Amino acid sequence: MTSSGDEADREAGAAASRPASGPDAVPADMAGLAAAVHELELEEHHRPPPAGPISNLIVAGMVAALGLAAVVGSLALGVGSPGEPGPGTWPLLIGVTLLALSVVLAVQARRTTDAERFTRASWPVLAGLATMIVFVAVIGVIGFEIPAALLTLVWLHYLGGESWRLSIVISIAVVVAFYVIFVGALSVRIPHLF
Amino acid sequence: MDFAPVLEGFSVVLEPTNLLYCLLGVLIGMLIGVLPGLGPAATIAILLPLTFGIEPVTAIIMLAGIFYGAQYGGTITSVLLRLPGEASSVVTVFDGFALARQGRAGTALGIAAIGSFIGGTVSVVALTLVAPLVAGFALDFGPPEYTALALLGIVLVATVSGGSRLKAVIAACVGLLLATMGRDGFTGVERFTFGNLSLADGLDFVPIAMGLFGLGEILYNLEERHDTVKAPSTVANVWPSREDLRRSAPAIGRGSVLGFALGVLPGGGATLSSMAAYAIEKRRSKTPERFGQGAVEGVAAPETANNAAATSSFIPLLTLGIPANATMAVIFGALLIQGVTPGPQLVSEEPELFWGVVNSMYIGNILLLIMSIPLVGVFVRILRVRASILAPITVLITLIGAYTVNNNVFDIGLVVAFGVVGYLMKKFGFDPGPLVLAFVLGSLLETSLRRSLLLFEGNPVGFFTRPISGVLLAVFLLVVLLPFIRNLRTRRRADAADRHTETYR
Repeated sequence: MTSSGDEADREAGAAASRPASGPDAVPADMAGLAAAVHELELEEHHRPPPAGPISNLIVAGMVAALGLAAVVGSLALGVGSPGEPGPGTWPLLIGVTLLALSVVLAVQARRTTDAERFTRASWPVLAGLATMIVFVAVIGVIGFEIPAALLTLVWLHYLGGESWRLSIVISIAVVVAFYVIFVGALSVRIPHLF
Repeated sequence: MDFAPVLEGFSVVLEPTNLLYCLLGVLIGMLIGVLPGLGPAATIAILLPLTFGIEPVTAIIMLAGIFYGAQYGGTITSVLLRLPGEASSVVTVFDGFALARQGRAGTALGIAAIGSFIGGTVSVVALTLVAPLVAGFALDFGPPEYTALALLGIVLVATVSGGSRLKAVIAACVGLLLATMGRDGFTGVERFTFGNLSLADGLDFVPIAMGLFGLGEILYNLEERHDTVKAPSTVANVWPSREDLRRSAPAIGRGSVLGFALGVLPGGGATLSSMAAYAIEKRRSKTPERFGQGAVEGVAAPETANNAAATSSFIPLLTLGIPANATMAVIFGALLIQGVTPGPQLVSEEPELFWGVVNSMYIGNILLLIMSIPLVGVFVRILRVRASILAPITVLITLIGAYTVNNNVFDIGLVVAFGVVGYLMKKFGFDPGPLVLAFVLGSLLETSLRRSLLLFEGNPVGFFTRPISGVLLAVFLLVVLLPFIRNLRTRRRADAADRHTETYR
């Protein structure tokens, strides 16, 4: 990868010295191309705006906490010595690396732009997650049919913006299809009501 | 080189079951390539439970088909909707969509299909010749070599992954940490199980991959505001003209070679090679201003290269046991579940599996060529299926699939939990790919490291006294340190420039 990195550098230099051939021109160097590709994806996906430095600090803190937990845990397991590595040697190495990297993450918190803010658009995620949790909670008791139909209905009508009629028809069709395939044809031992 | 096992591989492929699963695989691959949303890694992860009941060869033939089939399918949305179905087809958008606007969508799709077919086939032939050599070379690798190789593989994948390099390395470390859960192979001590019996054997690969790649991606997509789907333009005349073929032939040739070479490198893969192929064509062209305005070479080169790379990225997996990208990590997991450990011994000990999978790619590419030229209209019609309808169906397949692994509700819970982790990772700029990759390599890396340390009696200098591990570790250090060095250099240059302007003020 080192060679292509150098190449990208050289190419970027070459691109800078060349006169631009118009605002819409597609770049011919790797760095420019990667940026153009990234822009295209952002434009297509309408992602929420970047998160502020505090969220980035919290992320760094979580990485640090994980690293610390690994270090503490591996010390308890026994770290051994380089000549006779113990069960804790490897987790200790990872934990220390995580701690070090979390410091870098914290230092860069102000300049980080690749984390996203939670916005109103994040509510559907929570709703989608809730339907899955309900599914897990009740499948053992009442089988998969009712929670599966409910999950499909919520995703189609509330999260997908489909009409009531279409949502109900598809939900029933999906459950019937799953029943025929999993219970009927494949005889998978999934809990079912009927 | 002995060609008998290579030919025997064809008899494996031509068994009706294997042919059927090959067709199924490339069909699914083509579909998920066409449908924006899930990538090949996510799809393969979601379908892992399906492969449990079938033979290892058959399973891997199907999963491989999904991977290279997706490279074909991704082109269709790039060209018709300016909406790349696959990351590796993003550059195709520039010229493919321009061609479509000129009413030449058929030409773009035809050239892309032919290029993909040639790139894929050239790459399989090259793989057939190269893979046994690499495997033979790696047969006497010891623990120090594997330590260095695994470290290098992880750091290379982290380096070229989509987002921030630092975050990719952090994700990889978390993957390594997750891999340490469960009983320690050397001492039998239980590590990080919190007294939980179902964690005593460590975390399973399947719920992690299904959750991080599958549910994580679906939850993440819920946050996106979708524009009303643009009606795809009609596709006519898929057969390219003689002039178009003449223009794209050299691009296809160079794309095949470049794609093969970059695909072998860990972290290289389809996306990087498609961009590199496009860049090279534009710079070599006598008329670079045509690029972005509908140059057929601008479609031919990246589409050839991404397919060649998808195929050649099987080399490090099947010959060294080191997956080169996220999708290969999932296939690595699938092999382990089937009781097959990928590595240099695979070619000689499991020739049927090895050559069966490799030779299935010839058939798969022919099937894909048929699907993308005469049958392209069928797939264009599929573009009208809305993502909002597919999402709940995918969720249900994932949840029920997770249950079928061990007939256990706990596993569905685990998948949902890792789905949340995957969503949060993507939300905060961490690519889940390096985590999954590091997780599958974790126990190999730890075991080799501890064996090496025992071998060297605790003196890490030993790694550098063995030529192969020494070179690999030197490259590893170079890759790790290079960004810092470059940072310093640019900063110094910027300082010098500042001083320069000050003196002239």
